[in-house]
Order: sequence, then structure tokens, then C-alpha cells
Amino acid sequence: MAVGEVMRMEIPASGDMSVPSPELHVLAVDDSIVDRKVIERLLRISACKVTTVESGARALQYLGLDGDKGASGLKDLKVNLIVTDYSMPGLTGYDLLKKIKESSVFREIPVVIMSSENILPRIEQCLREGAEDFLLKPVKLADVKRIKELIMRNEAADCKTLSHSNKRKLAEYIDDASSPSPSSSSTHDDSAAKDFPSLKRMKAEDEKFSSLL
Amino acid sequence: MDTLVSQLQRQFRDYTISLYHQGFLDDQFTELKKLQDECSPDFVAEVVSLFFEDCEKLIGNMARALDQTGNVDFSLVGSSVHQLKGSSSSVGAKRVKGLCVTFKECCDSQNFEGCVRCLQQVDIEYKSLKAKLQDLFSLEQQIVQAGGRIPQVDI
Repeated sequence: MAVGEVMRMEIPASGDMSVPSPELHVLAVDDSIVDRKVIERLLRISACKVTTVESGARALQYLGLDGDKGASGLKDLKVNLIVTDYSMPGLTGYDLLKKIKESSVFREIPVVIMSSENILPRIEQCLREGAEDFLLKPVKLADVKRIKELIMRNEAADCKTLSHSNKRKLAEYIDDASSPSPSSSSTHDDSAAKDFPSLKRMKAEDEKFSSLL
Repeated sequence: MDTLVSQLQRQFRDYTISLYHQGFLDDQFTELKKLQDECSPDFVAEVVSLFFEDCEKLIGNMARALDQTGNVDFSLVGSSVHQLKGSSSSVGAKRVKGLCVTFKECCDSQNFEGCVRCLQQVDIEYKSLKAKLQDLFSLEQQIVQAGGRIPQVDI
């Protein structure tokens, strides 16, 4: 598979969901060494492969998007998800998000933004730019589980190896079988964050996203 | 008969509860404990160790910036405070995080005396937490060495 290609889940035609989940490879970007350690552990414990980098520039380097033509194609491990801090020196998480969405190779990779600040205009700006979701720090296990479920659902829905009717049955099965747990946080107001999955679906159905906000 | 193990376990439980009740730790510390298991038995100790190194580095930066008499760059101090607030939040260091909120306000209003006071308090506070967590980890080690299991403490 080429770098940046969206992973396809192969589901048996019988609809048997006991197939173990393929591992997501997540690129985590954060300038804080403490936060990198925590997010890495959160993701590993959620059965993801993790690569951590300390800056947006390093992230672009890893993806081969930094203009160094020789770098791309050398990375064997395709990235299925990018999780990035918003406030970083140099390239912010928002700048990184834009660069990824501008890339024809990587624009399909979901990007999740993390921030310690619950600033609604910031959240809206990121969603408008194509962020999959927004996590309020400090990030908890329940947040990572929710994101992983969201990504796996989207990838299953995108799966082109299924016939149209099987795809519909699978989507229904996933809706019935999975019961996403609400964010366990009671220490901060994340009422804005709860709306994201529905906002994302609205975006997929209607490209005129900005008019909805 | 009160065995050594059960004595140590009780001490550990009481000490843990007091750290939460006195506001040194908050539920994010509990979240970190969830991430520790047989495969990563020292995870919490490793993260807090990184945190204390971070404290030392950032406080050093703040002190240097505040030392530029007559030419203090408050936004520089503020940015270090912001980073410290972030990492203290990520490990559940509740008092340190609280002090950072006040400290940030002093930076934003360019209150030099306020900043110096906050810097002193934050320095004392992180060192105090460091000593307490060292005691807590030491209790854990003693329990394990005495052949016991570290109890799960529900706050």
C-alpha cells in the first residue's frame, strides 16, 4: 500500500464481526514531552501503533511533505490517523492540519486536534479546515477509545471491497453493536466537543459546511 | 494479626487518599494509573519524572526571563507558564496547575512582583509534590518487597 492510502478493512461476507481489529498507525504530534508520553501510552493501550514527533515540522518531515523529495516513499508504515496539539511553537496544529488537507496524498488521513483551551471559534476553525474531531486536554482513555471507534467506523463505511448492500448492513451492524461511551470527563465543559461526530457526518453529506456554522 | 503487608497497604491507602483530599492530585492522576499494567509497571513514575524535569527546565526559563531587570519579556514568561500549566494538567498535579492560572494572570497584567511571588510558590509546590510522590512510590516498593499487592484505591 502506498504511504497515506486509507486502510481498507476486509470484512467477511457473512458479516462476522469477531475479526480482530487491524491496528491503526497513529502519528502523534506534541511539543510537550509529558503529553507525548501520555498520548503514546493512551494509544498503545488502545491497540494502536504509535509514532510521536515533537513538532509540526517533524510531522511533515515524517510524512515526506516537507519539500524534501527524497523523503517520501521511504516510510513503510502508512499513517491512519494524526493526532496533534493545537498550540505548538512554529507550525501550530492548525497549520499542520491545513498542510495535510492541501496534500493530494494525505488529505484523506483523519486529523484530530488536541488543546487545553476550550475556545469555540478555534474548534470551529479546525472543523472547517477538515479536522475529524477535537479533544480537550488532559486527554483520557475514554477520549482515545471514542476517537478510535469513530475512525474505525469511518474506515468501514469507506470500505470499497464490500458490495453496496453489504456496506449498508455493516453500517447498521456497527450502529447497533457499538455503544460509544460518553466522555468520562466531569472536570471541564466539553459540551462543544460532543457535537463533533454529528457535525462530521453533516459535512460528509453537505459540502457547504461553513453555512451550517 | 496485623501483618507488615496489611500495615503498609493501609498506609498506602491513607496516604493516597490524603494527597487527593488535600488537593495535591486530581482525577487525571487516576487516569494515569489506569494506563499502568504488568507491561508498563513504571508508567506513572516515568511520566511524573518527566514532569518534574519539565518543571525544573521551565522554572529556570521563567527565572531567567524575570531576571532581566527593567526589560522583562512577560510574554516569554507567560509562554513557559502555559507549558507548565499544560503538563501539570496532564499528570494531575492540581496545586501546581492552580498556581499556573494565577501566574498566567500576573504575566498578562505584567505584574512583576506578582510573577516573582508565583515563581517562588510554583517552585516550592512542585518540589513538595515531588517529595510526596517519592514517598508514595517508596510505599509501593515496600509493599511489593514484602510480598504484597498494591491496593487499588478508590477516591
